Amino acid sequence: MEPVVHLRAAAALLGRFPALAGADLDVASGEVVLVRGPNGAGKTTLLRTCAGLLPVVSGEARVLGHDLRTDRRTVRRHVGLLGHGTGLYDELTVADNLSFWTRAAGADERDAVAALYRLGLAGRLRDVPVGRLSAGQRRRVAFAVLVARRPALWLLDEPHAGLDHEARDLVDDLVRDAAAAGATVLLASHELERAEPLAARIVTVNGGVTTEAAGVA
Amino acid sequence: MTTRLTNTDRPGDGPPAAVDGGPHSTASPATRVLGVLVLVASGVLAVLGLVASPADTELGETVRLLYVHVPVVAAAYLAIVITTVGSVAVLWKRSQWWDLVAGSAAELATLLTALTLVTGMIWGRPTWGVFWVWDARLTSTAVLFLLLLGYLAVRRTTTDQVSRATRSAVVGMLLLPNVVIVNRSVEWWRSLHQDPTLITLDPKIDGLQLFTLVFGIATATLLLVWLLIHRFRVAWMAQRVEAHELDDAIAVRRAEAVGS
Amino acid sequence: MLREATLVARKDLRVELRSRVTTNQVVPFALVVLVLFAFALDPDRGVLERATPGLYWVAVLFCALLAVQRAFAVEAADGIRDALRLTGIEPAGLYLGKALAVAVQLLVLEVLLGLGVVVLYDTALGGWGLLIATCLVATAGIAAAGTLFGVLAAGLRVRETLLPLLLLPALAPVLLATTRASEAALGDDTAEGWPWLGLLGVFALVYLTAGLIGFGALMEDT
Repeated sequence: MEPVVHLRAAAALLGRFPALAGADLDVASGEVVLVRGPNGAGKTTLLRTCAGLLPVVSGEARVLGHDLRTDRRTVRRHVGLLGHGTGLYDELTVADNLSFWTRAAGADERDAVAALYRLGLAGRLRDVPVGRLSAGQRRRVAFAVLVARRPALWLLDEPHAGLDHEARDLVDDLVRDAAAAGATVLLASHELERAEPLAARIVTVNGGVTTEAAGVA
Repeated sequence: MTTRLTNTDRPGDGPPAAVDGGPHSTASPATRVLGVLVLVASGVLAVLGLVASPADTELGETVRLLYVHVPVVAAAYLAIVITTVGSVAVLWKRSQWWDLVAGSAAELATLLTALTLVTGMIWGRPTWGVFWVWDARLTSTAVLFLLLLGYLAVRRTTTDQVSRATRSAVVGMLLLPNVVIVNRSVEWWRSLHQDPTLITLDPKIDGLQLFTLVFGIATATLLLVWLLIHRFRVAWMAQRVEAHELDDAIAVRRAEAVGS
Repeated sequence: MLREATLVARKDLRVELRSRVTTNQVVPFALVVLVLFAFALDPDRGVLERATPGLYWVAVLFCALLAVQRAFAVEAADGIRDALRLTGIEPAGLYLGKALAVAVQLLVLEVLLGLGVVVLYDTALGGWGLLIATCLVATAGIAAAGTLFGVLAAGLRVRETLLPLLLLPALAPVLLATTRASEAALGDDTAEGWPWLGLLGVFALVYLTAGLIGFGALMEDT
């Protein structure tokens, strides 16, 4: 079966700079892969490239059966990215944001609300402007939108950042449920003790190039 | 595709060989022939315009300026058409070649439009006594000049090549429609103010004068083509250099990563 | 596509309602412009009166610049552009939605500026049919062009200076047409004014088409 992610010597540009210089990666359907590496190594670039957000200029790059060099637009609809920025409108309330982002993606708003409850955010926050939430709360709102979209490929960039212990457990639960339901997950994280148990494999990125580490049980 | 890692260049090496073993300059047999043609034609035009053709009954000697002004305008509009067509092609076919053509044509169009304005003003001084009047032609040309400056500004933004090409193409494809709309509206506007003392730029001309004018337009067109070919080649080579720099940058980044 | 356009338009207007940037900053700016014109053109000498239609529309154009800048500043927050691209939303729908939101805000501004002109310059309004039609069609064109150039300038560091350079020359014919039409309306000479609406209509169509074509490419490549 074709891997969900297939990269061979892929190079991607951030503006004019080849932030990704040579990525080799194969991820099978339903796998959870941990991506680690020092800051500035290219983890975020790798995730964004797989999301179809960055132009691939050399090598092979296929995600979910689509060629990233020619068909990035189709890829985007089927992936979910939790990036550094929350991608939420600070001026709008939690409810407004959930409503807009799920409807824009053709997803069900109620799924997002349910996911938000699962992530431990109380209902009374629904009418609070996102700008007034803490960083951790904002990430959870963004996560809820991602969950509601039910993408085939999850790309999570530091999903535990800014969250307290309880919330981190809730995030882990969601990731496990997603994998169990058949989604593929690429997880970039600094917090190795927490992230490693979730993953079946570890990939290291350094200087825009990937190297595979031994598999983790 | 061969790449050279920049850190293996030794200091005393001198200028690098031509990229990809390609051309060393933008000239070619075709452009040399064309260039000679342009020179000859310009010479003939000068003779025709300055000496051979008679002074106009209405405009006197100043009509000779028209032999430069009108051809320059014509060439400017031709360049704009090329830019617009090229811009549409960039968006439609994602063609980099057309992007370079559109960009080069736009630069030349700006130059020619500036010349149009200048020759128009030089013609205006003895004719109307002032450097500038808000008549239909000059006004439209001024707006056109501003539109072109906008295009060039977009072209100079520092982003990657694809992004710059797309942005320029969006502005470029609107050039011709903009020009048409502006010309129509300004003409209409100025026609509401029937000013009998304002002489139009189109005196009745025929005979040798007409021939000189048409010959001038042909010369300007040849000149435009010649300049366009050279400018395009310069742009093409610059783009090749950029592509090689990118390959180098990728290779360097890889080497650093593997070595660390 | 229309569904997405309304979704986006409502979102933009909701952002404006909650943040009130246009109400708190652009409206006062409009008033400042009107006052400055009065300073420059000495109300006692009748120049201001004759120039009112033109000045009004120049003020509208300046406000349009601010409104467009604001519309895209909203999307500049971290992660929103990525998120928008990932939703798979049809670029044409996004374009129409944003243009619609800009148009609505502009119409509100035009009404307020109109009030300002009546009060401050003692203008007598007339030719209502022509005036309203002019405002509607012109606003469509201004919003269409503004949104297109707005997204073009959006990702760039030089966006604040590039947008006026691109938008204002392109809007020159609109200024021409709206001023002539307004003069005709106010001067009870409306037959003279209606033809200019045709030009405004053509302009709006050209830019809407360009926007629908170009917005997608711009979202994709930049």
